[in-house]
Amino acid sequence: MAEVRMKVNGATTSVELEPRVSLLDALREHLGLTGTKKGCDQGACGACTVLVDGRRIVSCLALAVQYEGREITTIEGVEHPLRAAFVRHDGFQCGYCTSGQICSAVGMLAEHKEGTASAVTERVDAAPELTEAEIRERMSGNLCRCGAYNGIVGAISEVAAG
Amino acid sequence: MKDFGYLAATDLATAVRAKADRPDARFLGGGTNLVDLMREGIEAPDTLIDITRLPLTGIDERPDGSVRVGALVRNSDLAAHPLVRTRFPMLAQAILMGASGQLRNMATVGGNLLQRTRCLYFYDRTTPCNKREPGSGCAAIGGFNRMHAILGASEHCIATHPSDMCVALAALGATVEVESVRGVRRLPLLDLHRLPGDTPHVETALDPDELITAVVIPADPVAANSRYRKVRDRASYAFALVSVAAALAVEDGTVTAVRLALGGVAARPWRAVEAERVLTDAAATEAEFARAADAELAGALAQSENGFKIELARRTIVATLRRLAAEGSTR
Repeated sequence: MAEVRMKVNGATTSVELEPRVSLLDALREHLGLTGTKKGCDQGACGACTVLVDGRRIVSCLALAVQYEGREITTIEGVEHPLRAAFVRHDGFQCGYCTSGQICSAVGMLAEHKEGTASAVTERVDAAPELTEAEIRERMSGNLCRCGAYNGIVGAISEVAAG
Repeated sequence: MKDFGYLAATDLATAVRAKADRPDARFLGGGTNLVDLMREGIEAPDTLIDITRLPLTGIDERPDGSVRVGALVRNSDLAAHPLVRTRFPMLAQAILMGASGQLRNMATVGGNLLQRTRCLYFYDRTTPCNKREPGSGCAAIGGFNRMHAILGASEHCIATHPSDMCVALAALGATVEVESVRGVRRLPLLDLHRLPGDTPHVETALDPDELITAVVIPADPVAANSRYRKVRDRASYAFALVSVAAALAVEDGTVTAVRLALGGVAARPWRAVEAERVLTDAAATEAEFARAADAELAGALAQSENGFKIELARRTIVATLRRLAAEGSTR
């Protein structure tokens, strides 16, 4: 067992964990933050997306011990216009992927603001506009089995446009 | 997941010493492949040596114009770096076409190099696999093998290397720096991954206690006119059926320099040396591009379900070169 200290949604926390406990399980089972969802548990669906020091990751493939001293933001700690925009645009049906979608979108918008390119960017040496094609590509790590993608893209586009 | 010991290394010497002392330990970087394999019971190390606190995160230009990339640079940071975006666009593209935004934020350069095959039989412990269990056989041969190798495979294994980044690094002629208690050594990236032969479980030229510390990309003006093209079953977030990393220089309609590598076709990133030989000093025409592709693919061998890959590789090579020829001559 190891003591792991992290700042989660602004509060310093400390938990005793076996090294094999994922960040996802630490959040859900040890800290009671069940907003972050477990979908595939193999990094393929994005339901478990959280922000670490502002960057999006999948928490299912993260061992919690590796995140000692880091700042974790889960959906419970996200204060962002995306939340209301998802509601306005019907960006979900069952809602299981939504917390991951929103955390991922927060990270994605920050990445775009830094001028990063994506796989659909025509010339990678230039900072692209956040078109619908760019949003879809950059959000491809978040699956929605209900197929609410049009609403998700609509919500993100609206927030990105300010 | 089997329980294991965890050791957070704070300096390089401690990390390589710990590995030398523990043959069943694994280095842990971003975890995106290793943690998954451990959960599936494919990997079962007794200790994880966490190296993510080591100072191997620099991207530095050296006096000779080469770029040295620390092994712990995250994939997204490498793709976002101005030097990579301007001088080696095919490398930025290759990285951005792999995995997802979240995984690229986690995955390290060293880990990307050493990721294991995504052959579904390798992942399925109820089936034979010579990589997972030497001598047990290969269920992919005669099985579901449309994703599998057409070049350099053997009767023991037809798995492919899944990395996109490595394909661009192969085309760029990158060098890998490794360290162990015996010191530092360098090897060409093209020598890092091994073809399966009769020992498909031996995947790299690394000794068990060696740690990749950096990748060095040599200066190459040709690389500024380069592209990575990836063909896959979905538009995004899928492994390559076939991919092509290419750089091309054309003067007065003649190819003066070309770098070409293929992904999704072999157990290692495949530098297309035959195609490069045919193309150098040839006319920059579609016919010559096709002749070069045919030369490279002359030794290609189809499995029961992946014969389409040979024609797909041929067309993808031609299309990528055609585009580079057009873009290179308008600049």
